[in-house]
Amino acid sequence: MNAARRSPFAAGAGRRVQLMATCLCDAFYDDVARATVEVLEHFGCTVEFPEGQTCCGQPAFNGGDWPASRQVVRHTVKTFAGEAPVVVPSGSCAAMMFHGALLEFEKEADLPEVKQLANRTWELADFIVNGLGVKTWPGRFDATIAFHRACHTRGTGTVDAALGLLNSVAGLKVVPVGEVEQCCGFGGTFSVSFPHISANMGELRLEHIRAAKPDLLVSPDMSCMMHLGGLAGKEGRPIKIRHFAQVLRDALKNGGLL
Amino acid sequence: MAAQFIDQFAKNLAPDTRAAVYDGSKQGHEKRTKLLFDTYADPDRLRRLAGEIKQHVLENLDTYLPAVEAKLLANGAQVHWAATGEEACAAVLRIMQARGAKKMVKAKTMVSEEIELEHYLDKQGIETLETDLGEFIVQIDHDHPSHIVKPIIHKNRREIAKSFEREGLGAYNDDPETITRRARQFLRHKYLAADVALTGANFVSVESGRLVIVTNEGNSRFCLAATRCHIALVGIEKLVPQDRDLGLLLNLLARSATAQQLTVYTEFVSGPKAAGQPDGPEEMHVVFVDNGRTDVLASDCRDILRCIRCGACLNVCPVYRQASGHAYRSVYPGPVGAVLSPLLAGEKFPELADLPKASSLCGACHEVCPVNIPIPDLLLRLRAKGKAEGAPLAAAGTPPMGAWAWLASQPTAWKAALFGGKMINYLPTKLLPIPALRAWESKRSLPEWRGGEFRKWLRNRQRP
Repeated sequence: MNAARRSPFAAGAGRRVQLMATCLCDAFYDDVARATVEVLEHFGCTVEFPEGQTCCGQPAFNGGDWPASRQVVRHTVKTFAGEAPVVVPSGSCAAMMFHGALLEFEKEADLPEVKQLANRTWELADFIVNGLGVKTWPGRFDATIAFHRACHTRGTGTVDAALGLLNSVAGLKVVPVGEVEQCCGFGGTFSVSFPHISANMGELRLEHIRAAKPDLLVSPDMSCMMHLGGLAGKEGRPIKIRHFAQVLRDALKNGGLL
Repeated sequence: MAAQFIDQFAKNLAPDTRAAVYDGSKQGHEKRTKLLFDTYADPDRLRRLAGEIKQHVLENLDTYLPAVEAKLLANGAQVHWAATGEEACAAVLRIMQARGAKKMVKAKTMVSEEIELEHYLDKQGIETLETDLGEFIVQIDHDHPSHIVKPIIHKNRREIAKSFEREGLGAYNDDPETITRRARQFLRHKYLAADVALTGANFVSVESGRLVIVTNEGNSRFCLAATRCHIALVGIEKLVPQDRDLGLLLNLLARSATAQQLTVYTEFVSGPKAAGQPDGPEEMHVVFVDNGRTDVLASDCRDILRCIRCGACLNVCPVYRQASGHAYRSVYPGPVGAVLSPLLAGEKFPELADLPKASSLCGACHEVCPVNIPIPDLLLRLRAKGKAEGAPLAAAGTPPMGAWAWLASQPTAWKAALFGGKMINYLPTKLLPIPALRAWESKRSLPEWRGGEFRKWLRNRQRP
């Protein structure tokens, strides 16, 4: 959890941010990364994309292969050197940087470097609301959406921030969904090593989501969306999935602001 | 992919059992949440405070244990120390033999399950009888508890009625009231015939030496009223510093465990029957059980010893709800069990090294824990331990990560892979020799691979 409620920018440094696009957006969801750039730029940020970025290291971390994960985290620390805030359009990858990495570096000599990155890593909604101080969103988006919380945002400012922004968008209605504390069943390697339980977890979420009859399912994390969208697609009852950054970006477009 | 035992267990679970476990745990969670948030403006602050109290106990166990021993002795109780389960069983046996005791009535205690006391005493010709209704049903069925608080969450009343009929407790009747009345009638005489009462303790106050025992059936009270000798089996982590800490912990325990403001019976046992008191056991023994806890204390998973056995993490856990408690092959199931059981197994850790993997790391367990145990962090540490020690069950079904780590540390190779990955859009993925991909696609479709598209857009666009 990025508890620091201070200005994310160093004095005189401008609104320069580093974007950690995440490997899922790099491989599958390019429009989410693009929307992230566009919403950050709309509020005057200069977005830098360190070309050497790969993955946050979470797959190996969750898989228990911490030496392999630390190798990737060290690469990430090197890639995102500097003082600028690192903004991530994923609750899960952000939490890997500001929580998971600290856990696996507890006894490592380079813990201070990892901490330095952890302290300036932000999940996108948390950054917009609690970093930039943007509380309401301009533009328009005519749709009824269901919001999936994404488990790795528990205990952080993300859900309140994202819901606050979405609820402020003209034309947008967020419908309540049952059992919001329940996981979509993804869990990285869990989804492939526990396929039965994982898929059942997803089906239970889909039941609640479908019962709410939304036009779109929106989340701060594309990994949950990939899982729920993939399950729904496989059974021939596809659902429309979006990252909240896409919704915010489209609201700007619909309002003629972009 | 190597099939995971817990996933297979869930897949093969009888529909009736799955429904019983799923519905029971879901309702338990919902009632708990409602009551907690109805009563307290910010229950999270209470959970954090309770966690700090219990953590403080763990950090100071070396001074609290001798202090509570002195207090218990001053109160007239006898104190026994058991390093292992066998030692604890032997201590109970010695106490019984010294009195020539042959029959024991038991209140619910998880630590007695942990040390397999009933089995041990049975071999010594001692009859033990469970007096908690759920545990009684487990006992007559020669079954195992599948939940810390609701041992028979996996059974429905029709099964229970059949068991009662088989045991000669009356003709088939699945009305819960009838079942309860019949158990009560059967048990009443047994209390009076017993020599020794065995209980656990939910908390022991270092300040006063008071044992706190909570039940909803009053059975531990019957046990203590009917017998002359009380033996309490207590894990060494059960201490609280002061009596006043109990206000917080009892409130959280009852709400978290059974969505009650307070359990129906909360007993404070300060010692054996004192001179002038009309009744109560004349002998009281407290057996402090280590059985691996010191090793847990010395590990990087110490926090798990804060656990007050409320079962809230089981109730909220999406994996437990589908797999049931027996899938965990140990006394403590669910998220807490996936941490505690492999640790308490000691040298047999490898046999349970798959348990920490049975989680999507969703963190719901941490969010509900009345003592704020960061269970996902502990699961992760145990996954790393299993991998580092080369436990086959830790490795099974988790793909090797060395090649991936190399790729993710080489930006040029990574970018090439992003581009090259596009082949999966065109190739029949069913034929690809990638087990993880097959497992994914058995249940879900794969989104279109668009590797490198974002980077291309970024390069080519006009900056605003």
